[in-house]
Amino acid sequence: MTPGLAGGMAAARGVPISRHGVLRMIRHDAFVRADGRKGIRNTIVVVYLVECAHHVAREIQLPFREADVHLIGFGGCFPNEYSFRMLESLCTHPNVGAALLVSLGCEGFNRGGLLRAVRASGRPADVVVIQERGGTRSTIEQGRRWVEEARRALEDTPRGPLAAHELVVGTVCGGSDGTSGITANPAIGRAFDRLVAEDAVCIFEETGELIGCEQIMADRAVTPDLGRILVESVAKAARYYTVLGHGSFAPGNADGGLTTQEEKSMGAYSKSGCAPISGLIKPGDVPRAGGLYLLDVVPDGEVRFGFPNTSDNAEIAELIACGSHVTLFSTGRGSVVGSAISPVIKVCANPETYRNLAEDMDVDAGRILEGRGSLDDVGAEIHRLVLDVARGRRTASETLGHQEFVLGYKHFEPVGPACHPTYAGAAAGG
Amino acid sequence: MHAIHLSPSDNIVVLARRGEAGDMIQWGDGAEGSLRLASTLGLGHKVACRRIGTGEKILKYGVSIGSATRDIEPGEHVHLHNMKSDYLPTYTLEHGRLFGGGAGAH
Repeated sequence: MTPGLAGGMAAARGVPISRHGVLRMIRHDAFVRADGRKGIRNTIVVVYLVECAHHVAREIQLPFREADVHLIGFGGCFPNEYSFRMLESLCTHPNVGAALLVSLGCEGFNRGGLLRAVRASGRPADVVVIQERGGTRSTIEQGRRWVEEARRALEDTPRGPLAAHELVVGTVCGGSDGTSGITANPAIGRAFDRLVAEDAVCIFEETGELIGCEQIMADRAVTPDLGRILVESVAKAARYYTVLGHGSFAPGNADGGLTTQEEKSMGAYSKSGCAPISGLIKPGDVPRAGGLYLLDVVPDGEVRFGFPNTSDNAEIAELIACGSHVTLFSTGRGSVVGSAISPVIKVCANPETYRNLAEDMDVDAGRILEGRGSLDDVGAEIHRLVLDVARGRRTASETLGHQEFVLGYKHFEPVGPACHPTYAGAAAGG
Repeated sequence: MHAIHLSPSDNIVVLARRGEAGDMIQWGDGAEGSLRLASTLGLGHKVACRRIGTGEKILKYGVSIGSATRDIEPGEHVHLHNMKSDYLPTYTLEHGRLFGGGAGAH
């Protein structure tokens, strides 16, 4: 197989052709970045590089928060390779057009390295250092002026065609209950199957929520080596959570009828659909060929820095760092979150929750339980909605102003070639 | 539809709507099976559709999701009080008393 080769090379010339010859044009006016990647939003990010710069960054962003200017950042003062890579991936995400870094001045974060990386991608970028700019008030004023200029510059962002095979879609579940695994999650799986058939990149994640599913998942890997790697990634998660003394299971999960980690896992696993699994990636890896990928979010090596992902939004940030244009979020209990940078589509598994929180939800998947639709109907609706959101339609969480963002400390080793067997031959075009 | 039998080998069904103690619940339009609910339960909860012995695997989606910690009769709620994970212990707010300085563990 040489997946992605034709697609990647043709896309670089601006003519989207998928490897399957399936062409589903999404829009003709996607935002084309200088590095060739294509976005569905034209966002400016204001990025604090230590908690001490958080307030100033938030004040810079505040007047523009309804104008596609988002606040992201990293709170730690100690340097960390993972968090650097995350912010580099996020500041150069195709949905991002420009980045303003906000530094206190004495923190450990390599602001010069991040600034160089963002500028190298062709995006307008700058850094304001509070200790060098006369303090809080003047840094806020200078930062706001920079954002004003960047907004004007982004009005001239080049536009171009975007087809389904150039789309990256992630999925996550949060606030799961006994309905998640029988309505929203398998419906997302159906939508993923459609997207993978159109040669899009689809990413599922949280190996800690796949504990108990590792063998059936390994059987779907495109090579036996990859199958073994998938099993090992889940075993790593089980070890990690065992040391921490706590699985990826919240009290609300039990209130909603889920009893064990492996039960929650089986439900979560169904988000992946039925397609073969093409590879394993880690936060910041952007798949170079269409297909279904597992994102390994559990750190490598000895257990350190605490829980792998402290909340759902840390997982969403990692999916976005892997290139996700859109994230499908399945919820039973009723999560209301969205995200900075990429829109979140909320698929509500539980019909009672939907009635209670309708304004926060995009899809009523729980209707399956009330005989008002089948899994296929809801899967088709989710697929249509992904394309509409890629065309610019605002999701419920975007409309309500949700722009959550969380980033902590982690440690990862790079993935080996056996983790992405379908890249062979795709590298030249990818 | 009151409940869903996700796989023919499953020894539990999942409630598709809230059910009161004593309600007759059925699945597969009643052709597949029915039983009387032993207690009042919310949507999404599990009910034994066969007798399950202590130590037996609880099957959902056709795969094991844990083991019974005591004998379970058809119609009974299957949850934290009569089954456990074969992987990781399940945390509930009851355990949270540990952090609140209260009465201690379960």
